[in-house]
Amino acid sequence: MADAAATPPDLLPEKFATWFESRGWSARAHQLEMIAKAREGRDALLIAPTGGGKTLAGFLPSLIDLAQRPPSNTPQGIHTLYISPLKALAVDVERNLMAPILQMGLPIVAESRTGDTGQARRARQRVKPPDILLTTPEQLALFCAWEGARLYFENLSCVILDEIHTLHSTKRGDLLALDLARLQQFAPNLRRVGLSATVDDPDVIRRWLAYGKIPDPDPPPVGEGDLEVVEGAAAVPGAKSPSVGFAASSPSEEASRAVYETVDLVRGPAGAQPIVDMLLSEGRVPWAGHTAKHAMQEVYDTIKGARTALVFVNTRFQAEFAFQELWRLNDDNLPIALHHGSLAAEQRRKVEAAMARGELRAVVCTSTLDLGIDWGDVDLVIQLASPKGASRMVQRIGRANHRLDEPSRALFVPANRFEMLECQAAREAIAENRFDGEPTRIGALDVLAQHVMGCACSEPFDLLALYDEVRSAGPYRDLIWEDFEQVVDFVSTGGYALKTYDRFRRIVVGQDGLWRVRNAETAQCHRLNVGAIVSPAVLTVRIAMGKARRGGRKIGEVEEGMLEMLDPGDTFVFAGQVWALVGVTGTEVLVSPATNRDPKMPSWGGSKFALSTFLAGRVRELMYDQEHWKVLPADVREWLEVQRDHSLIPPADDLLLETFPRGKRHFMVVYPFEGRLAHTTLAMLLTRRLERMGAAPLGFVCNDYAMAIWALKPMDGLDFDELFAQDMLGDDLESWLAESFMMKRAFKGCAIISGLIERRFPGHEKTGRQVTFSTDLIYDVLRRHQPDHLLLRCAREDAATGLIDVARLGLLLERIQGRIRHSPLEHLSPFSVPILLEIGKERSPGQAGEMILAEAEEDLIAEALS
Amino acid sequence: MSALASPSPAYAFAASPCGGLRTRLNGAAVTLRASGALWLEEQRTLVVADLHLEKGSAYAMRGQMLPPYDTRETLRRLQAEVMATLPDAVVLLGDTFHDRKSEDRLARDDAQTLRSLAGATRLIWVIGNHDADGPRALPGDVADELSVAGLTLRHEPVEGPQVGEVAGHLHPCARVVASRGSVRRRCFVTDGSRMVVPAFGAYAGGLNIRDAAFAGLFSQPPLCGALGADRVHAVGWRSVAGD
Repeated sequence: MADAAATPPDLLPEKFATWFESRGWSARAHQLEMIAKAREGRDALLIAPTGGGKTLAGFLPSLIDLAQRPPSNTPQGIHTLYISPLKALAVDVERNLMAPILQMGLPIVAESRTGDTGQARRARQRVKPPDILLTTPEQLALFCAWEGARLYFENLSCVILDEIHTLHSTKRGDLLALDLARLQQFAPNLRRVGLSATVDDPDVIRRWLAYGKIPDPDPPPVGEGDLEVVEGAAAVPGAKSPSVGFAASSPSEEASRAVYETVDLVRGPAGAQPIVDMLLSEGRVPWAGHTAKHAMQEVYDTIKGARTALVFVNTRFQAEFAFQELWRLNDDNLPIALHHGSLAAEQRRKVEAAMARGELRAVVCTSTLDLGIDWGDVDLVIQLASPKGASRMVQRIGRANHRLDEPSRALFVPANRFEMLECQAAREAIAENRFDGEPTRIGALDVLAQHVMGCACSEPFDLLALYDEVRSAGPYRDLIWEDFEQVVDFVSTGGYALKTYDRFRRIVVGQDGLWRVRNAETAQCHRLNVGAIVSPAVLTVRIAMGKARRGGRKIGEVEEGMLEMLDPGDTFVFAGQVWALVGVTGTEVLVSPATNRDPKMPSWGGSKFALSTFLAGRVRELMYDQEHWKVLPADVREWLEVQRDHSLIPPADDLLLETFPRGKRHFMVVYPFEGRLAHTTLAMLLTRRLERMGAAPLGFVCNDYAMAIWALKPMDGLDFDELFAQDMLGDDLESWLAESFMMKRAFKGCAIISGLIERRFPGHEKTGRQVTFSTDLIYDVLRRHQPDHLLLRCAREDAATGLIDVARLGLLLERIQGRIRHSPLEHLSPFSVPILLEIGKERSPGQAGEMILAEAEEDLIAEALS
Repeated sequence: MSALASPSPAYAFAASPCGGLRTRLNGAAVTLRASGALWLEEQRTLVVADLHLEKGSAYAMRGQMLPPYDTRETLRRLQAEVMATLPDAVVLLGDTFHDRKSEDRLARDDAQTLRSLAGATRLIWVIGNHDADGPRALPGDVADELSVAGLTLRHEPVEGPQVGEVAGHLHPCARVVASRGSVRRRCFVTDGSRMVVPAFGAYAGGLNIRDAAFAGLFSQPPLCGALGADRVHAVGWRSVAGD
């Protein structure tokens, strides 16, 4: 805790100092440092753990500035813009901000604006802007596509980006970075402030947040002091390097460093070390599964012993399952609630309100509660099933106890043996303050296309000036002119080699040489399609009413994919109850209450988050280090020992490959620990190769830890180094990807974000299914006739990162070169049991379509022959 | 559609060597081809419906820049069918153009492809609701409907029992359900007396055959010929579901 007396007293005006005193607080060192940075006009990134007074630290400089502003009768425009990744967080912060404003009697208007804000308030905000506006990246993108955006923001003095670590590496972050660059043009003195939870490498975020482009290398910039490029005969190796210790970096790295060093790093206090325990269900850690059903009694008892607990799970279905199980045990009738993204908004708000009033003992929730919304008196966080990454876990743990001087308490509940290893590795990483690193992001071109269109809707733009503006945004600093030109051409005419759309341009060049939107209708259309979130099509779940089975009360929403697995009459758990599917009509799912206590689909699948590279590495190290096994429960230890004696456990950087016969099939199991996505891609590519090698592969199954392939022929004699050779990522990948449903899914996302197809037309909504259908048709046609089109490039990049994790697979193949440890076995090994137990539980997409048709045809033939 | 709830009647069908499905329609021997074209063997006539040429540019006019390659893709597929069957006549079963201005927007080489098709075979344009005027400058015969081998070829199916009718217009599409999941494909649909053929155009969407628009067309639960990658799959009414 900082001593306010030790800092320059003039940083905190008297009114504020008095307010701090009246609350029994003193301003913390990082809060004062943020005021000092503001006074110097510096951009700043504040990294502080949850509960460190982070939000207040972000707002204090603006509050002080506004409090000292001379009164005025005319509206002065927005002074501070606050951007949160979550609507709920923006509303929550608005509430929290009102406390200091009201208690100090400051003449400041602070208002939120989200997609849920009413029409009247929105209209008023346009005419009479508040001093502080709290909103989301999507609303900002909409603002920036308005005519008159420049005037609206011309007095903007500060923009605060909250929870910036969740945004910077996503397409939403790309769009936000571009809009920031725009705002900087409107208000050149705008100051940028980022607020982030603890991250491993703050420079990644500084680079994203910083304003300014890297100077073009040619012609060399002259007279910029340290940045001067020394050329030709004058160049002396090692001489005149801008800062000590970076002599080896290339000019572009130096220039990039010079850009992001304009953002000062401010660190909050470290906070008390969290106390993280693991539930060691002695002798009862299951071999496989994701539900942690075995531990529910213990989880329930722990909840009973706590004041208020948050029970985090990784998927909505795990949430439903855990909620059911806990209520089954709830003899004390503890108020336990459920919170996840599929529930109806009003139901979620009820839970949130009850939580804020301290009426609940536990909430079972998904990542919808990950971010820093203040839910009051939580004293325990329970993580059911594996955390998948250390950073996310720290965020979740931070939800317990928003007071820094007391440690947060958390309990890990592993659902299977590999998760037990993973939880242990995560605990140790948290204790050592080590987190998952993230690669630097390169801005997506479909997002840039949307932004260029938005700019044209707002005001005419000059091509070169916009190029410079775009390159001042972190993710687009390396954007080359050719790509920018291609994007603008795409926005205008679709960017096709066949030039038949020239007369239908969406943006046109005027006689003044400036680009503008073709007409108001086109601009209006664009504004309805703003945003970089493409959510899967969702269907409304309603209770079927009466004989006609019409839709009654809405109980929530489900993603379309879930229904693929259900037939009418099937039972499933939703919103904490068991339902039977009655039918699907258009965009509505009709259900009726079921008395069945044993639903057909209680839950499925693992986590939607991939195991982080960092955590996976630690799991492999833990596994190899026998000294370390002491910390594990007896049954897990025994499992490792039998594996060691029966097969082998390789060093952390080696890859264990087991082969054994089972039934009439031959199995090959590998344990890369690189996450389900990378494993699935690897399996797809390996089966193609095995096919060519004559092994006749029949199928495969993957989880976060391992991958198993089975075949008709034995595989122990194969050349494994050749099988896993890196050239797998060349032609094999390309030819598989082109046919894959994942490319189609990625293409759909890019088509929507880039504006090629519309999310919705004014006045009529398309259902997701129709969109799927038509983008697949478009994809097929485009791939045949212009395979190098911009959007196919975008889709390929998205699929390679988001859907199939090629980068991670590439690193794996590189790591294991010459390091494959083959263990030929006569029967299965202890490690292989969990993965073999998953066989038959998965439905593989991909080529499944043709097989479904063939199966339906067999039915008909069987019927005809009977 | 309660009349259709009874078990599927037996249909006689057989796979043809090229992946098509051979059956009889009101007595005439027909092959349902994997491309979505219908082949009348004895008359050596190829029937394709709902090409919707220049649908892409129709969207572009309204500001949605869909790839402008739909016309050449559709014509490429049609050319391939003509090469494979060497027909005496090709019947374009209506909605060949997406709108009345489509012909003017045709790229020169696409128009040329159509002209050379008309040179190689007899091209018959049946009028549809999207292209009520028929072609202006392109060659070929124009007809409201056509009688061939006891079959009536027209664009829009007429309500009530229509023995021997072959129509398009509805863009039939089936969601085929099997134990391992479901898949949505364009399809032929027939009760042995009449038939609705799938849309042939690259950008033509699909309407589920469980939709009310198909109710009342068939006297018994129809057989569905779902288009697979390179063959047509015969699927019974019980294996198809609504969207």
